[in-house]
Amino acid sequence: MKQFAASPVYKFFLFPIGQIIMFALGSSVGLSLITVLLAYVFKFNVTNFDLVERSLLILPQVVINGLTIGFVYSTIALGYTMVYGVLEFINFAHSEIFMVGGIVGVQLIAYFEHLGILATLNQYLVIALAIILAIIISGSLAVTVERVAYKPLRGAPKLVPLISAIGMSFFLQDAVRLILSLTTGEFNVILPQFGTFDEFLLVALPGMADPLRIQIKSVIIVGIAVLMLVVLNFLVNGTKVGKAIRAVAQDRPSASLMGINVSQIISITFLVGGALGGAAGVLFALKATKLDPFVGFFPGLKAFTSAVLGGIGNLTGALLGGLVLGLLESFAASYLSIFTNGAFGAEYKDIFAFAILIVVLIFRPSGLLGETVGQKA
Amino acid sequence: MNKRLLALLSVLVIASMALAACGTTAATEEAAGAVTIKIATQSPLSGGQSLLGVAIKQGAELALEQLGGDLTGMGYDVQLAPYDDQATPDVGVANAKNIVADTDILCGVGHLNSGVMIPSSEEYHTAGLAFVSPANTNPVVTTRGYLEVNRVVGRDDVQAPAAEEYAFTTLGAKSVYIIHDKTAYGQGVAEFFKAAAEEDGMEVLGFEGTEETANFDAIVTPLIASNPDVVFFAGIYNQAGVFFKQARDAGYEGTFLGTDGMDSSDLADIAGDALTSGGGMAYTTVAGPVSAYPKAAKFVEDYTAKFGAAPEAYAAQGYDSMGVCLAAIMAAAEAAGGKPTRAQVAEAVRAVSYDGLTSTITFDEIGDLPTAKYFIIKVNATSKDTWSTNEIIDSFDLPSPGKGE
Repeated sequence: MKQFAASPVYKFFLFPIGQIIMFALGSSVGLSLITVLLAYVFKFNVTNFDLVERSLLILPQVVINGLTIGFVYSTIALGYTMVYGVLEFINFAHSEIFMVGGIVGVQLIAYFEHLGILATLNQYLVIALAIILAIIISGSLAVTVERVAYKPLRGAPKLVPLISAIGMSFFLQDAVRLILSLTTGEFNVILPQFGTFDEFLLVALPGMADPLRIQIKSVIIVGIAVLMLVVLNFLVNGTKVGKAIRAVAQDRPSASLMGINVSQIISITFLVGGALGGAAGVLFALKATKLDPFVGFFPGLKAFTSAVLGGIGNLTGALLGGLVLGLLESFAASYLSIFTNGAFGAEYKDIFAFAILIVVLIFRPSGLLGETVGQKA
Repeated sequence: MNKRLLALLSVLVIASMALAACGTTAATEEAAGAVTIKIATQSPLSGGQSLLGVAIKQGAELALEQLGGDLTGMGYDVQLAPYDDQATPDVGVANAKNIVADTDILCGVGHLNSGVMIPSSEEYHTAGLAFVSPANTNPVVTTRGYLEVNRVVGRDDVQAPAAEEYAFTTLGAKSVYIIHDKTAYGQGVAEFFKAAAEEDGMEVLGFEGTEETANFDAIVTPLIASNPDVVFFAGIYNQAGVFFKQARDAGYEGTFLGTDGMDSSDLADIAGDALTSGGGMAYTTVAGPVSAYPKAAKFVEDYTAKFGAAPEAYAAQGYDSMGVCLAAIMAAAEAAGGKPTRAQVAEAVRAVSYDGLTSTITFDEIGDLPTAKYFIIKVNATSKDTWSTNEIIDSFDLPSPGKGE
């Protein structure tokens, strides 16, 4: 057994996937139970339909929505948390790296459509190409941003690169806006319709009249996100570069004395974080179908929150935080209006989700997994 | 370090030279030209709603070019001063402060969004600067009773009940789910629709406000579970298009309804065949397609020749608003025997009787058209190019409800 636990298949494949499934299942089931409980509590409040029945009817769909957006948040959150682990500052430009990834991916797909080959290409190949391009562009953009805006400030007090990051974020937003609107003045980027992504998988559930409708998009988003998380886990925990990243995160001067090229490792950290952000951008575009240069702000903020919720600097924490926040938001948005009989609508979802975040941070100031796992990066 | 300093210095020198150059050209123009009169436009020229905002500006630009001749003949140099309000109240108010500070500006055309017009017009009111709105439909725009605020279109407290009437009588809808964008325009329209629906006994299954622009899952799921006959979206096309597409993708089969904020060919590009599948999509508007105005045929020709694209909604209204401004300035200038004051222009705008493209424009005591035209339009388009295939189901002239209580 011990031997099996040490084998690479377990360590780099079975364990992280098991962990992801456990987190996803755990938070979904937990929130679902709370919701059903609340449905019984609020039952007296709603007279025109059976609240419990209605709640159960939409529950599976709400969970799927929450998990889909939750995995996107997790993938972005990893970029924040990796940089924090290594440099101990929040890279606020990360939401723009994410946006650039999405826009580049959509532009590539739009270009295929322009060439007239979109319908003939394999749809999964198209998505794969879009993600690869987004990874390349976003990864190199993140490295460039680090070189230009953060590296010259490495010795400065911690607030200085933070301000620089916020400036970079605005700069990138408007630079992208400028580039997109050069020819037409229009900077909405619309994902062309292609393939079978909008169709549904129908899953019959025992005890329910209607089958559960899962959009193929959602499956693809979750699948790709899980794949990337597993690859990242391997990169950080199973390779020499990962070891160096962890070493720099734990103690930069000592790592430097051990012969690790710290600057290079920091660049690699930005490259990996940026690549994940870019890929998440394409996944988000698949879901949202319309992007503009300012679309990164809210997912970026949410992902940053996820990273804090999970324990900033902690990779597993970012994953858990993203899932929990995505689910919380989805539950709040779908149920607030039903439970309060229309008094609070979906627009209060963020207040609700962030109130819970505050409560969690009061009791666990270092985040959900902040203390139990010492390892950073 | 020295090198950097040198680079910085040279950049500064170049910048100051560029600024100086701008200064000289401006100065020479003023010296050479006659008495300058400027007319401002304020609409979103950038951002998601720019298609409509640019249409307003271009309509006004064309009007100035074609109708400004009389004022030029009187020895005035008439200029257009376009401002970009980015569909954002803050930006609109900041621009408004700039506009009222420029004493050459005697009249203005704008805005697209009621939520921007209402706070900005407080500035115009304080400064006594007349504005003619080509697109704002929220009642509050005029019911404050400001002399300076006028509009050449109808009102939401007429068009939202018209949409409800269409849903209830023509479509036979028994239930509705209402979504708005939390702006003055969207929420206002939604409230009017809701009141009318409740009066008719239509069941309102949900009433949600959202600023979301990308991922509508959380709203769509409860919506589908309650299965309304129609979904009424009170907002602007760039947000509505994404919502329509996602709701249709998620399996909603009923009819989408909207108001004049949907009137843009971009809607069809964003939402695609979500507009025609299932129960389809229809909207009411205060600005019908230009083909609905018999006098606008030449305008369409000139506009297309000048700007290389067919006029979007509100282009003709932008043209008429500018026409009203020019006619009022003319009248005021003749009465004053020289360059008129803002107060004189504002009085002249209110008293105007102008034969425009969309109707003969006169204003009642609060700046509304005494009777405005409303349209119900069914969307047949699934892409930008086919937007003109949309069909006018009905159009009617309705009187303005006036100031109310």
